[in-house]
Amino acid sequence: MITVKELTKKYARTTAVDHVSFEVQKGQIVGFLGPNGAGKTTTMRMLTCFLPPTSGAATVAGFDVLEQPLEVKKRIGYLPETPPLYPEMETSEYLKFVGKLKGLSGADLNTRVDYVCDRCAVSDVKTKLLGKLSKGYRQRVGLAQAIIHNPDVLILDEPTAGLDPKQINETRDLIKSLAGDHTIILSTHILPEVEQTCQQVIIINRGKLVATDSVQNLQARARGAESVLVEIAGRNGSLDLSVVQKRLEQIRGISRVEYKTSHANRNVFEIESQKGFVRGDLARAVVEAGWDLNELRPAAMSLEEIFLQLTGAEAAPAELAAKGAD
Amino acid sequence: MRNILTIWRKEMRSYFVSPIAYLLLTMFALIFGFFFWNALGYFVMMGMESQMRGQTFPMNLNEEVIRPLLSNASVIGLFFIPMITMRLFAEEKRTGTIELLVTSPIRDTEIIIGKWLAALTLYATMLLFTALNFAFLFKYGNPDWKPLAIGYLGLLLQAGGLLAIGTFISTLTKNQIIAGAATFGVCLLLWVLEWVSGYETAAWAKVLAYMSVITHFESFAKGVLDLKDAIFYLTLIFVGLFFTSRSMESLRWRS
Repeated sequence: MITVKELTKKYARTTAVDHVSFEVQKGQIVGFLGPNGAGKTTTMRMLTCFLPPTSGAATVAGFDVLEQPLEVKKRIGYLPETPPLYPEMETSEYLKFVGKLKGLSGADLNTRVDYVCDRCAVSDVKTKLLGKLSKGYRQRVGLAQAIIHNPDVLILDEPTAGLDPKQINETRDLIKSLAGDHTIILSTHILPEVEQTCQQVIIINRGKLVATDSVQNLQARARGAESVLVEIAGRNGSLDLSVVQKRLEQIRGISRVEYKTSHANRNVFEIESQKGFVRGDLARAVVEAGWDLNELRPAAMSLEEIFLQLTGAEAAPAELAAKGAD
Repeated sequence: MRNILTIWRKEMRSYFVSPIAYLLLTMFALIFGFFFWNALGYFVMMGMESQMRGQTFPMNLNEEVIRPLLSNASVIGLFFIPMITMRLFAEEKRTGTIELLVTSPIRDTEIIIGKWLAALTLYATMLLFTALNFAFLFKYGNPDWKPLAIGYLGLLLQAGGLLAIGTFISTLTKNQIIAGAATFGVCLLLWVLEWVSGYETAAWAKVLAYMSVITHFESFAKGVLDLKDAIFYLTLIFVGLFFTSRSMESLRWRS
């Protein structure tokens, strides 16, 4: 549905997007991930024909963004970072205006306006001025305008930025429910969002493509060796950590045992094994030694760790700061 | 065409839901009304004087009231044009709605013409108030309507050119005040350029005077439709809108 080849955007002094290539299949939700200033918005703006690329090519639904921008624009719904709302317009009036811009008219236009209002849960603010809407509603009206002409491709730039947790969940569910009919690219710097909503991830950093894969593959790839976390407690409260460590290291297949934390009297060990599936042996060993096994879980790497690993340590502080701000 | 109309409607609506349109219309009506009252007062006084002296040379409403008033309207217009055009693009750039327009399947020229036509429509609405004043002349006197119609055509053409320049300037900034101030400066300059012809007759002075929007209005005020002057204004409109479309294009390269 979307093909991007060696896409590059240079500004006077900086290169915002540097030879990025990827493909998106029909009906997929793709997460476009990267720290602030990585080039997400610039890439999206090139896909929506807002910015022309310096070099390289991008096609949407088979149409080139430079050669046939009008055809591309007809097939794209776009929600910029700040929803493009006119504060002096009422919701339904605004959606009608956008619908007309996108080529709808007559009865068709009215049914689409009703449909998107219903779909995006903004029916109850239809006659309110956009300038008076709360952030959550503004975002949903923004989504409603993006899908008004039933586009093949939806491009959403940080659709959940600035929303409260409840609104974030609602917006994510809404986006997921749209996936069947539309191909969706959404950009974000919030990792759980990608884990929860997307099937595929494209990670860029400083304008360069770092990784593109499915969420599961990416996790598997970064994980490498199997590792599990176990929380162990002594029967009568006391526990000799070095004894525990020794006992655990004796289990067959385990390559490394690391004591993690003991805050709030919880003793957590991270255990790495080369061959996987040591959890049974591990559990038995702990119980037979007379200790309590409070927790045993696979230490799946979160996308966050993958992300930091892929984008390098330098990006870490900025990314954490950005997450903190959310 | 349909897209132009969509943009035009949206612009008209935002003029008339905000106080902008009402403020401009009220101020224009007040100021022009004052000019009209003065012109008429002077005309009546002259009439009485000539009667007292027993002179009976004919007094002409078209020559002595309508013509100077049309010139006045054109100058008052210069002050109002920046206020009409300053928000056209600057506002959209500031709020980010320009992204919606530019990523919609319509052409830049349709956006520009729609916006410019809306600005011209608001200006024409202001002129309606002058027509109200002139209506009194028709009720109590018998001026010729044809020179008046040509005068209005001239006003619209002149405003069209200046509004096109204002539209262009509005694409250059996100700040409405800057757009308004710059447009006002350019309008004022295009007005006073004509003054050099008062003391200088060299070729450069003629060129400067030719560039002045006021020079070309004189024939319209007289009620004469001079093709040369009409073409000057049409060129101004075309150049202004052309620069606007170039600027919109470059907006994408720069932003």
